[in-house]
Amino acid sequence: MLHAEHLTIAIGTRTLCRGLDLAVAPGELWAVLGCNGSGKTTLLHALAGLAPAQAGRVSVAGKPLADYSRRSLRRTLGVLLQREDQEFWGSLADYVMLGRYPHARALFGWDASDEEAAARAIAAFDLGLLAAQSYGTLSGGERQRARLAQLWAQNPQFMLLDEPLQHLDLRHQLQTLERVRAATRDAGKAVMLVLHDLAFASRCDRVLMLYGDGRHAAGAAAELLQPERLEDLYGCRVRAFGSGPDAHFLPVI
Amino acid sequence: MSRPLLFPVLLAVAAGSLFIALLFGTFPISVVQVFDSILFPVPGIVEDVIWRLRLPRALAAFACGGLLASAGVLLQVLLRNPLADPYILGVSGGAALGALSALLLGAGLAFTNLAALAGALGAIAIVFALSFRAGDWNLHRLLLTGVVLSAGFSALISLTLVLAPQAQLKGMLFWLMGDLSHADHSGAAWLLLALVLLVFTFWSGSLNALALGALKARALGVAVSGLQAALYFGAALATVAAVLLGGSIGFVGLMVPHALRLTGVNDHRRLLPASALAGGSFVALADTFARTVWAPQQLPVGVFTALLGVPVLLFLLSRKP
Repeated sequence: MLHAEHLTIAIGTRTLCRGLDLAVAPGELWAVLGCNGSGKTTLLHALAGLAPAQAGRVSVAGKPLADYSRRSLRRTLGVLLQREDQEFWGSLADYVMLGRYPHARALFGWDASDEEAAARAIAAFDLGLLAAQSYGTLSGGERQRARLAQLWAQNPQFMLLDEPLQHLDLRHQLQTLERVRAATRDAGKAVMLVLHDLAFASRCDRVLMLYGDGRHAAGAAAELLQPERLEDLYGCRVRAFGSGPDAHFLPVI
Repeated sequence: MSRPLLFPVLLAVAAGSLFIALLFGTFPISVVQVFDSILFPVPGIVEDVIWRLRLPRALAAFACGGLLASAGVLLQVLLRNPLADPYILGVSGGAALGALSALLLGAGLAFTNLAALAGALGAIAIVFALSFRAGDWNLHRLLLTGVVLSAGFSALISLTLVLAPQAQLKGMLFWLMGDLSHADHSGAAWLLLALVLLVFTFWSGSLNALALGALKARALGVAVSGLQAALYFGAALATVAAVLLGGSIGFVGLMVPHALRLTGVNDHRRLLPASALAGGSFVALADTFARTVWAPQQLPVGVFTALLGVPVLLFLLSRKP
């Protein structure tokens, strides 16, 4: 269980999220929704222990983040960053292999289990043909898949993904969502996705809405993904098509 | 270069560069005599030249080059800036200011070295104190602090040169350009080189991750603050040791890592030891040139590291990938 208690997130003097209590259980898939600048990324960084929260506590499996060693924390809780520098010195396979950093047992280099995990992750995101290619020559979408594959090689129980679908074409958006679903359903992982695409949000189990002014709402996806609530969240008119996991939402122009 | 060949080739180059350093010089010695005096030393003038003059100097040159190239790799990771070289943080400026002030006051070699050490350590401490914030080390601030401090040092160095009497000017210029003619005790430098290589090759997996950026490295479980501080002090101390031995030998720390990267050695697990070997061989060769080209006049080795290095790097840069 990933627990946040009374978490308050602020940037400068702006309080984005106040007193958030959150429990993310294994097997659950969460969507984090909100406008630009509403604190989604900052919240994810606070949950991942990458940035300090202004107040509150985060614990994983009953243990506060600070009680983990750095590497054991990253074996348990992994993050897909929204942005990272584009430069990398090696091939795509080298890049994905860095996901094994918290697992590495070999003093110098990688052992067979690392190689195997990286190869599986590369295959899972359709990157087999690109594995030997220099990372710098990959397209934006291919890099995004490489970053996803790196997190899959890292293989943590809790995964926080910041805009995992950015730069991806339709097929690979769907593929990524299927990988995520399989991870929660079959491997018992807990996953939080920061999303802007509501069609994918309705396929999640639970939703966290951040309003950017300290307010937040968390609950079952079917319950929160209602046009009125979305209009309140995004500040524009929204119409719903379909219902349940197939629900789509479009802005009314 | 293909993976299995890299280290055998570099080791052969290193051995070759040391052999050439023993072979050439003002006093003519043949290849057979070099082998003879290494394998079966008998007291005599040839043995004296090789064991007391050329070998200590070749080893000092090699240590210097290895230290500078290693420091270059470490700083390029730390600052994530391809232009980072060992002198960018003001270490050499501080050392040069110390040494030149001592020379100006007419101090001997020992005191000059001590003053250089004090100047270098002072620069390291000032830059670190002004830029370091635990948990959030702004590396742009580090870089700018170092560059600004270096500019200040170079102004003071110019002032010292202007004020210096004619007789001391040449010694000062040699110090500034890098000169190994007084370098014969390199034991401490070799020890430090071994230590730096051992520690950071052991950490090279973390260096690979840190090269992706501090936040990403933390997301992968790297102890970023500690590693950054270690990189800073490791690079700074390596630079100090090299500068004390041979003055400000330019170009090695910048060029050697880039030359290796351009030949396809990017993984820090190989880049760091490969840079040390290549940098050492390079300075040993450059110093042999410096000793022999204008013999018996000795030229500053720094002139030759640039003269030999510039065409090599330009060639590698212009080569099609």
